Amino acid sequence: MSGPAYHDGGDGNGRGDGDDTPRVPFQREQRGPQGEPAQRGPLGDPARLPAGEPHSAPAPSSASALPHYDHATLKSLLGAWALSACSSDESLAVEVHLTDCASCAEEALRLRDAVGLLHQEESLDLDPLLRARVLEGCLGRRPARIPVPEWAGPYDAEAARLDALLRDLGDGYWSTPVEMRWFDEVPVSRQFTVGQVIAHLTAVDSLVARTIGLPGPSAGGPVPFADAPGGSGGSGGLTARARFWRARGDAELPIEPGQRTEAHWSGQKHLPGATLRSLWREQSHHLVRTVSFAGSGASEIDVDYGPFALPLHDAFLDRAFECWLHAGDIADAVDYPYEPPAPRHLNRMIDLAARLLPSALADRRRSGLAEPPSQLLPAGAPGRSLRLEIEGDGGGNWYLPLDSPGAAASPEGEVAHVAMDGQEFCQLAAGHLQPEHAAAGKVGDRTAIYDVLYAAASLSRL
Amino acid sequence: MQQRLARGEEAALAELYDRYASLVHSLAHRVMDDEEAADLITREVFGYIWENPDAYDPKFGSLRSWIASLTQRHAVSQLRQYEHRGRSTAAEVEARVREANTAARADFIVTSMPAPLRAALELAYRERLDYRTAAAGLGVSEDEARRRLRLGLQMLSTAMEPADQPAHPLNTRPPRGLQ
Repeated sequence: MSGPAYHDGGDGNGRGDGDDTPRVPFQREQRGPQGEPAQRGPLGDPARLPAGEPHSAPAPSSASALPHYDHATLKSLLGAWALSACSSDESLAVEVHLTDCASCAEEALRLRDAVGLLHQEESLDLDPLLRARVLEGCLGRRPARIPVPEWAGPYDAEAARLDALLRDLGDGYWSTPVEMRWFDEVPVSRQFTVGQVIAHLTAVDSLVARTIGLPGPSAGGPVPFADAPGGSGGSGGLTARARFWRARGDAELPIEPGQRTEAHWSGQKHLPGATLRSLWREQSHHLVRTVSFAGSGASEIDVDYGPFALPLHDAFLDRAFECWLHAGDIADAVDYPYEPPAPRHLNRMIDLAARLLPSALADRRRSGLAEPPSQLLPAGAPGRSLRLEIEGDGGGNWYLPLDSPGAAASPEGEVAHVAMDGQEFCQLAAGHLQPEHAAAGKVGDRTAIYDVLYAAASLSRL
Repeated sequence: MQQRLARGEEAALAELYDRYASLVHSLAHRVMDDEEAADLITREVFGYIWENPDAYDPKFGSLRSWIASLTQRHAVSQLRQYEHRGRSTAAEVEARVREANTAARADFIVTSMPAPLRAALELAYRERLDYRTAAAGLGVSEDEARRRLRLGLQMLSTAMEPADQPAHPLNTRPPRGLQ
């Protein structure tokens, strides 16, 4: 409109003779020298709002070196300028223009104020303990008619915590390597990605899901069909969808958790991390919901893990434990803090491990990995016992029968005493520690103690 | 979801929390500027929904926007209670309430503006892209990217009441914090 049209350099790269002029201080402050987030609070720093005080903007001498922009162009730049999203030449040109164009100055101020109304939508670091407090508060006001079974509580809480961690991390971390460790007579360590860890949880959780009649991990929500080009819409899409569902069909996946994970990975490796997360989360929500309706009889149904089985209520604790451990693995990989579960939940997880120890010990004896029992006892007979004392939050005392899983354990039969911190015990049961390196107070029969510590480590798996 | 809440399903309550807690908490925090107060409002909002599962009527919009306005109302009434307890002056509270209402209108405008405008603002504001890179990302011309950013901000600026726009809103800003 007025004056010569656009300078060539002002368009493409914003690099004209303006390069030789001093940069405008306020523009640099806006974006930060390295482009790091500058402060953009709702109203920001008054010094950075030139529009209100147009004459404090750049020194007029620098304006002569600028490319020339016409009024219409400058006006069109106001939005980008207010967001600090134009080149420094353009910024400078806008600011010079604002000193003698009242209508642009008025709009610039208005748009700059509007930027203050944009904000990050949701708080990221919600206190994880708030969830339990809010839910308890609600249930105090109106008791649930269909409550979540108490034994599913730890799983519900741990899944929510992991989900919050994943939300904090955002989508930039799905390929981050995560070290997973377990104990298979020697410490084993393998590297996976965050996405693979989540898919692993989905795969093993689906053992529980199939037991209570839920379809496979992809059930209950739309799944993007990245492997079916042109598969969106139309009958071709439906066929592809059906094929996909069959391919994901539970029957075709192995039961053994490690193999199931591998099979699951190979079927889902094309899926983006956000989808892996929502598949996992949907299934975990479905699990909690379904067992709420299942009635108390359901808690004893066996969940088949291949080489072993656990009753449903214990399988939920096992899944809660795994969820916590792998959340911890992910948090370690990205240097995030991650707290242990709530003490009452931790106590139930420790209790499960303690209850599994006698048969783990028997398994090791059968494989020749542990000393044979000194005496064979009929089920229920009082025998030699080891007292496992877990200190700290969620701790307690457990008496473990040493002669056979069916024997009765009691304080009277105590021949050995192991005292450990709860966190240390969980790390041991997760296979993160060499049993002889676990920090524990040990009194009594050394062989029995080491057999039990090894049995604890042997509970771990991928 | 509403039916499940009405049935008294604890699992539905947990899912509701998982989906909306960060929305509720951040809105409450924006009004109250206080972590504990935001926690308290989060408890109240979820408690209210759980106790009154029929209060939401889908005729008047999405569950999400209903929860947002419920939170806003709870937070504002909490703020007024601070005034009654003498923890803030009436003028401070009114300024904060006005600010909170402006912010709520802005949220509404952002969520209901045409998607192309919102996408451009997100790239420029959240991703901190300059408008040329944003144009490339959106597959539009640079002119169009400039137009969208300007138009989007113009729409957003209608959230401000005339009283919110003195020459220097900064100078009339109430002190942060409730003391």
